[in-house]
Amino acid sequence: MKKQIFAAATLAALSPVAAVAQEMSIDDRVNQIFASSTGWFVNLIFAPLPFEVAGASFPWIVMWLVVGATVFTIYFGAIQFRAFGHAISLVKGDYSDPNDAGEVSHFQALTTALSGTVGLGNIAGVAVAVGIGGPGATFWMILAGLLGMASKFTECTLGVKYRNEYADGTVSGGPMYYMVKGFKERNLPGGGALAILFSIFCILGALGGGNMFQANQAHAQISGIVGDYPGWITGLIFAAVVFAVIVGGIKSIAQVTEKVVPFMGILYVGAALIILLVEYDKIGWAFGQIWAGAFTGLGVAGGFVGALIQGFKRAAFSNEAGVGSAAIAHSAVRTKEPVTEGVVSLLEPFIDTVVICTMTALVITISGVLVVDPATGNFVLNEAGTAIQTIDGSSGVQLTSAAFATGFSWFPYVLAVAVVLFAFSTMISWSYYGLKAWTYLVGEGKTKELIFKLIFCVFIVIGAAAQLGAVIDFSDAMIFAMAVVNITALYFLMPIVKREMNSYFSRLKSGEIVKHKH
Amino acid sequence: MSKTTFVVGLDGSDAGARALAFAQDRAKAVGDCTIALCYVIEWSPFSFQTPEENEQRHKRREEEIELAHSRVVDPAVTAAKAEGFDVVGIVKHGDASEILDAIAKERGAAQIIIGRVGTRGLRERIFGGVTGRLVASASVPVTIIP
Repeated sequence: MKKQIFAAATLAALSPVAAVAQEMSIDDRVNQIFASSTGWFVNLIFAPLPFEVAGASFPWIVMWLVVGATVFTIYFGAIQFRAFGHAISLVKGDYSDPNDAGEVSHFQALTTALSGTVGLGNIAGVAVAVGIGGPGATFWMILAGLLGMASKFTECTLGVKYRNEYADGTVSGGPMYYMVKGFKERNLPGGGALAILFSIFCILGALGGGNMFQANQAHAQISGIVGDYPGWITGLIFAAVVFAVIVGGIKSIAQVTEKVVPFMGILYVGAALIILLVEYDKIGWAFGQIWAGAFTGLGVAGGFVGALIQGFKRAAFSNEAGVGSAAIAHSAVRTKEPVTEGVVSLLEPFIDTVVICTMTALVITISGVLVVDPATGNFVLNEAGTAIQTIDGSSGVQLTSAAFATGFSWFPYVLAVAVVLFAFSTMISWSYYGLKAWTYLVGEGKTKELIFKLIFCVFIVIGAAAQLGAVIDFSDAMIFAMAVVNITALYFLMPIVKREMNSYFSRLKSGEIVKHKH
Repeated sequence: MSKTTFVVGLDGSDAGARALAFAQDRAKAVGDCTIALCYVIEWSPFSFQTPEENEQRHKRREEEIELAHSRVVDPAVTAAKAEGFDVVGIVKHGDASEILDAIAKERGAAQIIIGRVGTRGLRERIFGGVTGRLVASASVPVTIIP
């Protein structure tokens, strides 16, 4: 292990020397190669529907996610509202068997999954949505979050039901397992093929949204404070730390992050609440903007459809409902009833999107960082006409940073630390999801795992060096490609979930399942 | 089933051994008596873990229980049995003060006997040590062995 740490340290120390020789062009070159090699897939995923919706083109993938979440919401009878209270008692441990003490609790499974999703999507992604789609995007984001709770419920129930439990006591779960086992149980063909396809997209999604997007935005935030410098430097530092954790096995770094990240999340929401309290007189106006913008667009590029697309896209990217990653994260819980974990998991899009993303959107709207035309009350577009003009021309995480800075001038520093930690914890989570998909494809083994981990570290550097547009497009495309395969499988397997759900809730009602006294 | 049960908290330290010695003295005096030797592995369902830790958790838990038995509880049980005492060994995960009290309640114990461990660290200063919390919340008499 020491050798590996040393190797990582040497790598980190030597690389700047080697890189100075070919300075300047690295970032550009990385970006160029990256954009040209991934463009075709991005175009395929975001291809517009053959017909126009309200006079604007509409990517089919957004429709796919919305329809999926709506179908699950209807099919399970609005489970996200009916079981909300029960989800909270499960997380509190009211129904946990005391004899299972020491096993993974509902709380732990939920927070582990949350630390993979709460992150830059909530900070940078929301800023992108509001920047392009206007405040109206928030409405669609909240709606997508609420509907997405049903998708999460479905996939996480299946994730626990069809996980693999090995002889040595470790567990492995995720869409690839329920695709294979669930399809077999229903005598349906194609489960194996779906599982392979999902695994491929999951690996790419781990490298995209779970890695490059994070590295990219972390770099944007740091360089926003210390001044501009090449992205590969941030990338190398991140890569070295991630390498130390996932290859070197230095658990203490990950453990510290896992403990600090929740407090960062609370601090972030706390700061947002204080800003909203101070500017309480504008909250009504902000909600008015969100409501009006949701249906009229308020002059935003693409009108209300533009707002809708942005809202749904960023919500899906942030809470990952229907994507399948959560099914991997939740599957280690100790429970005899798979439905309980499904119920717990529906809190995830609620906390992530309905609470945290909305906070960010409100702060951005209220802070006045988006330029409004005083004559018409509409937003002013930037020169290219692609997004709303901002007071300092920033976008993504820097826009959020600027918005929070209107309340607390020192907040960008806190946000920088939060962004780095969020990015880091998301990378650790996604390196795990990617690894699970990788070992599903190529088999388990130390060397095989090491290869994936090294690839993962290399992509951190690429992500930090590439420009935002190319990275966001690729990240989105991969995450959504996972959702295409996963939601397809969920449609075929949802009767199984319904059976489990009805059985569980009828036993809960009849008193067969009771609370344990503590 | 004997009439009197003593719950003794073991932690592998001298303090635990002193508590056991005291319990054995008392058991001799009382006569018909069971000593429940308990080792609690500190654990909270509300901690934050990485996905990898979760994956390994079940295995680790088994290992932790196994280790507690082989290193601390089983040797103590064997030694006490050799001296003719009626002893059971218990290993559980959770908060030591809560678990000891729960076992005492479950077994209808006459008292809980634990050794005093010197308080150390910030956590203990703020939340109080296991002894302090047990005394404050126990449902049966607690004897603390200095």
